[in-house]
This record gives sequence, C-alpha cells and structure tokens, in this order.
Amino acid sequence: MTEDTMTDDTMTEDTMTDDTMTDYTFAYLDEQTKRMIRRALLKAVAIPGHQVPFGSREMPLPYGWGTGGIQVTASILGRDDVLKVIDQGADDTTNAVSIRRFFARTAGVATTTHTADATIIQTRHRIPEHPLHEGQILVFQVPMPEPMSKLQPSRAETRRMHAMAEYGLMHVKLYEDITRYGHIATSYDYPVMVHGRYLMSPSPIPAFDNPKLHRSAALQLFGAGREKRIYAIPPHTDVVSLDFDDHPFRAIRAPHACALCNDATTYLDEVVTDDRGTRMYVCSDTDHCTTRVAAQEAA
Amino acid sequence: MAYVAVKGGERAIDASHAWLASARRGDPALPAIDAAQVQAQLGRAVDRVMAEGACYDRELAARAILQAQGDLIEAAFLLRAFRTTLPRFGHSRPVDTAAMRLQRRVSAIFKDMPGGQLLGPTYDYTHRLLDPTLSEAPPAPPEADAAPGDTPPVFAILNHEGLVEPDPAPSAAAPADLTREPLAFPAGRDTRLQALARGDEGFLLALGYSTQRGWGGTHPFVGELRVGEAAVWLEPPELGFPIDIGDLVLTECQMVNQFAGSKTAPPQFTRGYGLCFGHGERKAMGMALVDRALRAEELGEATGAPAQDIEFVLYHSDNVEATGFVEHLKLPHYVDFQSELETIRRMRADVEAAPLQEAAE
Repeated sequence: MTEDTMTDDTMTEDTMTDDTMTDYTFAYLDEQTKRMIRRALLKAVAIPGHQVPFGSREMPLPYGWGTGGIQVTASILGRDDVLKVIDQGADDTTNAVSIRRFFARTAGVATTTHTADATIIQTRHRIPEHPLHEGQILVFQVPMPEPMSKLQPSRAETRRMHAMAEYGLMHVKLYEDITRYGHIATSYDYPVMVHGRYLMSPSPIPAFDNPKLHRSAALQLFGAGREKRIYAIPPHTDVVSLDFDDHPFRAIRAPHACALCNDATTYLDEVVTDDRGTRMYVCSDTDHCTTRVAAQEAA
Repeated sequence: MAYVAVKGGERAIDASHAWLASARRGDPALPAIDAAQVQAQLGRAVDRVMAEGACYDRELAARAILQAQGDLIEAAFLLRAFRTTLPRFGHSRPVDTAAMRLQRRVSAIFKDMPGGQLLGPTYDYTHRLLDPTLSEAPPAPPEADAAPGDTPPVFAILNHEGLVEPDPAPSAAAPADLTREPLAFPAGRDTRLQALARGDEGFLLALGYSTQRGWGGTHPFVGELRVGEAAVWLEPPELGFPIDIGDLVLTECQMVNQFAGSKTAPPQFTRGYGLCFGHGERKAMGMALVDRALRAEELGEATGAPAQDIEFVLYHSDNVEATGFVEHLKLPHYVDFQSELETIRRMRADVEAAPLQEAAE
C-alpha cells in the first residue's frame, strides 16, 4: 500500500479468517490504536525524516525486540499483504522467525522469504540487496530514533535542535573523527539528511546500506516502540549521508566475494569456521544468496 | 565446506519453549504451586507486580509470578502486555485515602495524633533471624481494636496553621496518561506521579536514597504512611452520579519537607507524594522522596542532582522498558559488528603505516 491509500476507510476493514487467533483483533492491536499509529505515519510521511511522537503500546514482545516495527507493521497490514521479516539480513534468525510467527498467528497473512514477492518487509539492521519496487513498504525496527542521542542526551534539547535545523554538533563529531583517525569512524547507524531538512538515524543498518535509502521506490517507515517515535521516508526522497567535500561518504564492506554465491558487491557476514581464526565470508542477505546459488545450479 | 547456513531457528525456539516449561515446573515429584497459594502467601510479590505492572488484579499477578518463575520484572511485563489490550473507558474520582479502611498508619512527626498510630503487620521491628518454625501454623491474629474512628491526614493538622503547602486545586482537565500519550517535556506532576507509580521499586529506592546522601537533599520527614483499603468511585457520563466500583489496597506516603520560602511563597513545609498498589512501603517512600526532588526547579531550588532531573528520572524509571533495551543486547548484532571490524582493521592499518611514513619524511 502506498501512502495515498493509507486512509482510515481503506484500512479498517480488517476481518478475521477462520484459522487465525480469535482472542485478539486482526494483527493483535485494537483498531483505535492502529488508527492512531496510521495518523502518526501520515504525519511522518508528510514531514520526511521528522520524528513523530506516538502513543506506543506495550506489546507481548519485549522492548528492544522490535516493538516499534511490529506496531507499524500491525497498523498497515491488510489481509492480502505478503510479509517478509528479516534480522541481520536473514529470514531464519530467531527474532525474525518469532516476529513472522507473531503475524502468521495474529493476522494469518501470507509470508515469504523472497524480497521481490513481499508487499511489506520488516527489518532489523539491514536493507535487502534486491532493489525494492514501487508499492513495497520497508518497516525498520529502530532502537534509538534520535541521531544526536550520543551527543546530547536530553530529548527536550534535541527536539529544539531539530526545530532550528541546528546540526553543527553532528558535523563537529564527524570532523573530530577525521582529525583523530583520518576518516569518519561511524560504520553503522550513519546519520543522514532527509529531503534537505531533517537529520535522521537510519536505524543501525551498516553504512553500506545508506545509499539504498536514497530515492528508493519503496515507502520506508521507521518505528521506535520504547522511545515512542515514528518517522518515514516517502518514495523517491533525497537521503544524503553526512560527509565533507574532502572526505566523501564511503560505504564499507569486507573486501571479499561471497563463498557461497561468489557475489563481490554484497554486504558480507564474517563467519568463524574453526578455533584457529579461519574465516569465511558469506552474504548477509540470505534470500539474495540462496536465489543466486539456485540460479547458478540451474544453469 | 565447513560452513552450514544457520537454519532451524523455528525448531530451536520450540525446543527452548519446551525446556523452559519443564524448568518452570521444576521437580514433578513435588506438588505444583497454585496461583491461589501465591496470592495468599507471596502477597508482597503480588503487590509489587501489580504496582509495576500497573494493573490491579491479584489473581492475574499471581499467575504471572508463577509463569515467570518468580522473576517479578518478567511478571510485571506479562501483566502489562495484558493490560495494554484492555479498553480505557474513563478515569475514577481521586481516591479518598483519608477514608481508607486502615491496616497500618504511622507518622514520624507527631507522637500521637487524632486516630492514633496503628502499627499493623510490619517487618519493622522483627529480628531478621531465619525462622525454622515458619511452616508451622502461625498464632491466631490479634483481635482488632475498636474502630479507630476518624483518621484525618496528618498534614491536615499542620495545614491549620498554614505551615504546610495545601493540596493543589483540583483540575477539571482529564489527567495525563503516558500509556496513551508519549512523554513530553516539561512533564506535569500528574505525568510524573504516574511514571513513578509504575516505576521500578529498586530505581526509586536508589534515587530516593541518593537524595538523603546529599544528591539533591530534601530534608524529609515521614508525615504519614498509611496502608489500607480505599474505595474507587467512578462517574460514568451516562449516569451522572458516581458509583463505587470496588476497593483497592493502597500504600500512601506523605513526606513533609523543609522549604526556606521564595519570593512568592512564605517559608513552609512542602510535600512529596507517594502512592502505589498493594502493600509497598519502600516503593511509596522512595516515590515520595523522588517526587519532591523533581519539584526542585518549580520551587526555585538549586538543581543538578540525578533525582532532580525530570527527563533522566522519567525516561529511566520503567523497568519493563529498561530490561527490554538492556537485554536486547543478546539479540544478534553481527551485521553492525562486522562493519566495526572493518573500521577497526582500517584504523590499525593506518596506525601501523604511520611510523614508516614519518621515517620516510
């Protein structure tokens, strides 16, 4: 669903199917809560990169496990959606399994591991390698929505700084990195400017994934449950990683090819294979990797 | 190839849950504990779970404690996750704690007062000696004295002279509810008190203690501490008159604190307020100390101690939020760690290359 169809009328028609849980509403949250969250989402889409406070609910999964992403997904999910859930790029990590089960159980929606087939993808720490297409929604789980939280712990103060677009503090931090280390030392949760206005945390994705945020065809929604904030990047929005003219942004990846599918352009996991320090490198995006391996075997 | 893609998350989760269930039950040769026994014999645990779970239901709290193997924060979380599914249909009238059916009432600032001191069931004067006769039948409880009569709040006595700040005027506005609207700053006292009432007992205890040790001192006296049952009155708009919907056991603490006065207020005693579900004196007292400390700015006092920082206290008092974010560090973070590895390797390469470069120059 794109944001122009996200109205209360079209999205409150959720009804139960026979094989799902009947003790709770479709996708667990009650309809009033979903409506409240969709209103926050609409505001977030209208002001790209701006953190919208919302009445985050307590979920049956713990804070830190993706309660913000789960609430966003629950609020936009319809019966015809196809859901993919990844954690660290993988569909089979325990938390991804647990969240996918949660929605299979409470909403009975179809699930998939194929990026291209999903209408909604909930993610923790990665953006899929396969480019997203129009109509897809990527839902990020966000632990710390405030990009300046490590520089200024007071939210009252950072809120004022966002209002004034006063982002010198972050530039000074990056500059200090360069003077101390010769380069910017932030490798994940790398701050971005959205639509030339708001400084935003892309959530703890590796900086490697930052360029995928830029002018993505998909709608990107960010949910922070514990911190009670929602923000968004509408499709085709400019998202620029902070840098300097003489120190341009660089995406970091391990300089190897995947040991399984031989792709030398993807983000890699470093896997320790014995107790003598032997390493192998494999794609973090398990769907991308298995699809490539299957194609190579078929050929 | 030595590497096998990590599969089997679902099987691992199922197996883990089965193991957990068996660990929770413990030795099957021993009889299982019933939730009713927990309710009856672990009353203080039930009280704490109701307070931090922000849901007054003794039976559900007892079941949560059993399900959580006695992990009280986990039990409070179970209760919260249930509470959040309940519809919110209104708010009660302020509970009239002056009309409580008292189990206990002590004041540290007067030797005696109207209604008298009532020691009640307290550990205060027990000797902490492990009791080998614990499982034997206890002595019969003492006969209750004749009803103590009127037990007006102690601060009302001071109030006659204007020596203590009066209750704030009742507000017509609906009280804030941070379970529905996110925290915003400056946070009003209603929001603050709600956060503290739901807050972690250990956190409030430590912060309250820190004010006694000089980190934002408030010169506190226990004006009154009372434990008892209070009626909850609700006025449904369609009825137009209030109805008594039940009784709650509550612990209330009124701290009386020194105050030097300001340009707008004469020297007088100020108050810190603590209230929690069940019998929780430590919680109510910690809360009252912290409530008063959080008023430092409003009263024009010096600030800067942790207990006086509203944002710091309110953002960190909730143990369900805190345990979630601390424990989420157990979740996989290898994608981010991988990018840190590459960055550290690059930094080390730079450092190793640097001396050679200097020598060459």
